[in-house]
Amino acid sequence: MAAYFMDRVLTRSEGVSDLLFRLILVSLYQLMRFKLAYNPLFRSSVGDKELTAQIKIRGDRLGRTYVFKQGRLTSTGGVAPAADVSLIFSDTRTAVRLMLDQSNKLRQLNALKNFRVDLEGDDRDAMWFSRTLSMLRYFHTEPSYGIPAQGGTTRYVSNTNGGPVFVYVKEGRIVRITPIIFDEKDGRSWTIRARGKEFTPPRRGSVNPYVLGLKSLIYSKDRLLYPMKRVDFDPHGERNCANRGISGYQRISWDEALDIVASEIKRVKQQHGPGAIMNSSGSHHTWGNLGYWLSAKTRFMNSIGSSHVVHNPDSWEGWYWGAMHHWGNSMRNGGSDTYGTVEDCLKEAELIVFWSSDPESTSGVYGAFEGTVRRQWAKELGIKMVHIDPYFNHTAALMGGKWLAPRPDTGNAMALAIAWVWITEDLYDKEYVTERTVGFETWRDYILGKHDGIPKTPEWQEPETTVPAREVRALARMWGRLKTYLSPGGLVGFGGACRCATGTEWARSMVCLMAMQGLGKPGRNLGCLQQGAPVDTNFYFPGYAEGGLSGDLDYTGLRVSVYQRMPQLPSMNSVSQMIPRLRIPEAILDQACEGYPTDPKSIEGQFRKIVYPAPGHAPVRMYYKYGGSHFGTMADSNRYARAYRSDNLEFVVNQSIWFEGEAAFADIILPACTNFERWDIGETANSGGYSHHQFIQWNHRVITMQHKCIEPLGESKSDYQIFLELVERLGLGAPFSEGQTELQWVRRLFDASDLPQVISWPEFLKKGYYVVPAPAEANRAPVSWRWFAEGRKKDVPELAPLPSDYSQWREGLQTQSGKLEFESSSLKRFAPDDPERPVIPTWIPSWEGHHHKALYEKYPLNLISPHPRYSFHTMFDGKDGSINDVKDHRVLINGRYYWIVRINSQDAAARGIGSNDLVTMFNDRGAVICAAQLTERIPPGTVHSCEGSSVYEPTGEPGSSPDRGGCINVLTPSRNIIKKSHSSASNTCLVEVKLYREEAQK
Amino acid sequence: MKTYALIVDVEKCENCNNCFLSCKDEHCGNDWPGYAAPQPPHGHRWMNIKRRERGTFPMIDAAYRPTPCMHCDDPPCLAAAEHDAVVKRDDGIVLILPERARGQRGLAASCPYGAIWWNEELQLPQKCTFCAHLLDGGWQQPRCVQSCPTGALSLFTGDSEQLQNIVVDEGLQVLPVGSGAHPRPRVYYKNLYRYDRCFIGGTVARMREGVEECADGVSVVLRQGRDLLAEAVTDEFGDFRFDNLVRDSGDYLVEIVVGDTIAAARPFSLGVSGSLGTIMLE
Repeated sequence: MAAYFMDRVLTRSEGVSDLLFRLILVSLYQLMRFKLAYNPLFRSSVGDKELTAQIKIRGDRLGRTYVFKQGRLTSTGGVAPAADVSLIFSDTRTAVRLMLDQSNKLRQLNALKNFRVDLEGDDRDAMWFSRTLSMLRYFHTEPSYGIPAQGGTTRYVSNTNGGPVFVYVKEGRIVRITPIIFDEKDGRSWTIRARGKEFTPPRRGSVNPYVLGLKSLIYSKDRLLYPMKRVDFDPHGERNCANRGISGYQRISWDEALDIVASEIKRVKQQHGPGAIMNSSGSHHTWGNLGYWLSAKTRFMNSIGSSHVVHNPDSWEGWYWGAMHHWGNSMRNGGSDTYGTVEDCLKEAELIVFWSSDPESTSGVYGAFEGTVRRQWAKELGIKMVHIDPYFNHTAALMGGKWLAPRPDTGNAMALAIAWVWITEDLYDKEYVTERTVGFETWRDYILGKHDGIPKTPEWQEPETTVPAREVRALARMWGRLKTYLSPGGLVGFGGACRCATGTEWARSMVCLMAMQGLGKPGRNLGCLQQGAPVDTNFYFPGYAEGGLSGDLDYTGLRVSVYQRMPQLPSMNSVSQMIPRLRIPEAILDQACEGYPTDPKSIEGQFRKIVYPAPGHAPVRMYYKYGGSHFGTMADSNRYARAYRSDNLEFVVNQSIWFEGEAAFADIILPACTNFERWDIGETANSGGYSHHQFIQWNHRVITMQHKCIEPLGESKSDYQIFLELVERLGLGAPFSEGQTELQWVRRLFDASDLPQVISWPEFLKKGYYVVPAPAEANRAPVSWRWFAEGRKKDVPELAPLPSDYSQWREGLQTQSGKLEFESSSLKRFAPDDPERPVIPTWIPSWEGHHHKALYEKYPLNLISPHPRYSFHTMFDGKDGSINDVKDHRVLINGRYYWIVRINSQDAAARGIGSNDLVTMFNDRGAVICAAQLTERIPPGTVHSCEGSSVYEPTGEPGSSPDRGGCINVLTPSRNIIKKSHSSASNTCLVEVKLYREEAQK
Repeated sequence: MKTYALIVDVEKCENCNNCFLSCKDEHCGNDWPGYAAPQPPHGHRWMNIKRRERGTFPMIDAAYRPTPCMHCDDPPCLAAAEHDAVVKRDDGIVLILPERARGQRGLAASCPYGAIWWNEELQLPQKCTFCAHLLDGGWQQPRCVQSCPTGALSLFTGDSEQLQNIVVDEGLQVLPVGSGAHPRPRVYYKNLYRYDRCFIGGTVARMREGVEECADGVSVVLRQGRDLLAEAVTDEFGDFRFDNLVRDSGDYLVEIVVGDTIAAARPFSLGVSGSLGTIMLE
């Protein structure tokens, strides 16, 4: 109302706005003087800054000058010719509107975009003045946050990949980190009634084990506390690129470090042209919508222009490149939605088939142990369980049930044999197949052997999988007769079986098997109770993949909701060059590579080939590495070490929290702080993007204020602050930051969500979290696929596929037929004769397996390297943390914590290997020294060692000597699963293992 | 009188290590005067998760036994302590007082459960305190119980009679020690057989129309001498299993019963857990 009258007044007379403008400028002066006198925070911010600033109307018609000198402020009316900083408005009406109503972010942004307001002067000075003005309005005193707790501690809140936490702090130091226990005021829990029993989840959040090791990591001796420069790197002389990974470091000042990075950014752009800067980050980062790599980092990289590193769909591989062609779901990278499945499974299901599925180890993703209690309920209800996994995994060990252990990379043979039993014994849903699917006959004929003369019987699969035919037949009958949930992967659309040479075909077969069993009918669905809790899916809070403050409309989910709810300056990247992440080494060493994109907008998004260098673009000359190490996660990782040491790469900067993995290959190291040392805001397990509504893994939606619990350690800074100080050296301060502090961005994101409807900002800031109450039963999301099974319009709460991707909106699937397709129409259109990905799922033996006799003789062990249980990829591993002491994570031998390889006792005996012996695991790609764990949990012929080591410790030349840090991906192939993809077959890996003798290495 | 005890359900422990790590979070780098000096960053396992696999591929299982200080009612460490370095509180908690225990290396050796650890730097014997500093300050649970996601660890609070009732009702056990000692531990275990007993299993199959099939729904009995010890029915995969047997406990006989006849019999001498393999019915 006030704004309406103000607009009326301002529109009527320029004289009025001129008068108001003069008044505001004088008032600003008085306000600043008052704050300087009475507000310590403001006084310390102004400090000893010496600067002349002015606020004026373009053309110098009106204005006022402010002089900061020795912590004092003076002011004169009128314009000074030699001001350091000028805030310039096009006219007094605009100036008054903007300065009187600073809460209207959209109006401010529009004024900026239309050059109604401008900021001149050195960027650092300009940003300082802008922040000083904004402090007059926001947080004029230290915000009050945290809850007083026992023993003189204050209880703060933070969030992690493994659950939300309470953080107890005393005298600036973290005392303990615990799970969040809800109080009686927190949102209500849901109750499911199934088979005469009632189930309600515990009133708390669970956490993954590594979360409880966080304090030891925050205070780790491996923290990077100061900017550093490689001792033999001279940006103006010898760069000694080949010494990356070998030379030591010296401490330098932030100014020196940032000046070098900023000038290198300018230099490579001028010298080589667009595309010469490459940035890559790990798949994950410390939690929080602002600090996540899809937020501040993306805005920074877009601001300077950088080659876009395309992530392969690394957890989804077979689903993205395969399954998508049978049921669509491109927006979920080929996985499936799982709404309402907890209730449906508990009420209806009789059997759960876990196939390459170990949620007790991998927590789905970000799910902590929320699903565990639900699986315990299933056990209590007598729902049977079968586990198909080469490793007797922790879900099998806890829940019990039959364990079938196929040879790695052969699971699809078992899938086809199951279909054979169903077809020949009439154990499938014919009516569903007729009404809801297309192309069954083609696949059926293939299964029966009408194409190739080979019926895909249980006996046929036995030499491939080593699983007895009778057991596969028994499984098929059980599955065909009972209402069954299939859990392919710990999360539907994941699973180690989708990350191997046969992974695409396996994932495709998983869809086809469910299409034969009436997917969506009561008790017949996907999952293992890891997803699908009946939490409120109508309450909006953004996930990290929705881009935070990135301003990025191309590669984040910002454009769907956040851009409208939190207007911000867009940050488009002018560089269109793309680099497939798995080909970074070739992009540097060979300066040429190609691949296919991860573009989930449509099924066809994956068909557009990427060629590097892009037309008219420069090959990469500068590498800005940020976050977790690739050595422990990317295939054939010695390639990355070799690429670092190339002269083609003129400059490497690494922005990390810890000195680990790749950090030792940088020229300049910028120390970032953890998310416990900065402000952020985030919801547990809410990733957004291709994991839409991922929080339905949680029993309660927990949205957290991520308090700045302690000051950044040493000289480390938040990622946002590091980027800000860099862009200020490039004159990009205003478009990057919009003049906002991190806490101001947090507040904007709070305002952009549904939170202000249910909790006030001061209360949220103080308590630190909000539990979204369980919805009324009528508002629980419907069961996924039920609408499809019953031939109704789609009714689950997801905005996918895009309207244009339907023939009739909300009717049917994204596939061309709108049905489940045994024979894929998208593959028929794209590459119908591709022998690696035929139009129906078929048996194609692995390209590195037991069929390759010479290789198999040399390397007779199949290595699987699943995601680790006690770390999150490289996060939480190593760094002298307490996780190192977990018996099943690393083993202390001769003063060093070694990574573990699990080997069957027969295989060990044949090689003279005893428990906790050091062994070398090797193949033609490299060697890793590990501690042997003898076990019956893995069949003879298979070995198990997780990916995710943060430690890379070559015993000799980096890139070509055995690693004793535990980077198992030194051994895995970089070959794509299929040529027309960008994919990682990490579970396709033949190796040999032998006793390690240190003397023998010398 | 309010006393504490810890109840551990071995069947629900999945080796997540949340108990072990939350213990380290609470005690490494933190000094709790009157309760415990800081635990060293590495090496100690005040909550020690003992691991055991049973059987051989492909018929196996795995069990974990979290093992903290047993807070015995008749603690051997108390008897071994000098200068009253060990106290037994009225609520059952046993503490080694860091102020009095310096140099008493013998305390570590006195514990029959191996639950006392030696801190070389501080020259102190150290162990689980039941997080008494937190309980005394109003916390409801020690850190290990609070962070346990499966219900494997639970806290008992009540008097001795209530505790004994639970022990009897739920069939709880304590860990035995050798040498006939009875330190009367306050850590009780449920389903301990999963860790310290054996199973014997097998698979029954048959030929039907030239195809080998799993024989489900077949009766299997376990005998020792003349005694019928247990009966089982094969599952969908033809598997059967008899559990809770004592290691190295002599000769047994497994009989596969089809209708009224014994279709197959397999005598065996039980050493450790294992499988009799696949038994083909005629």
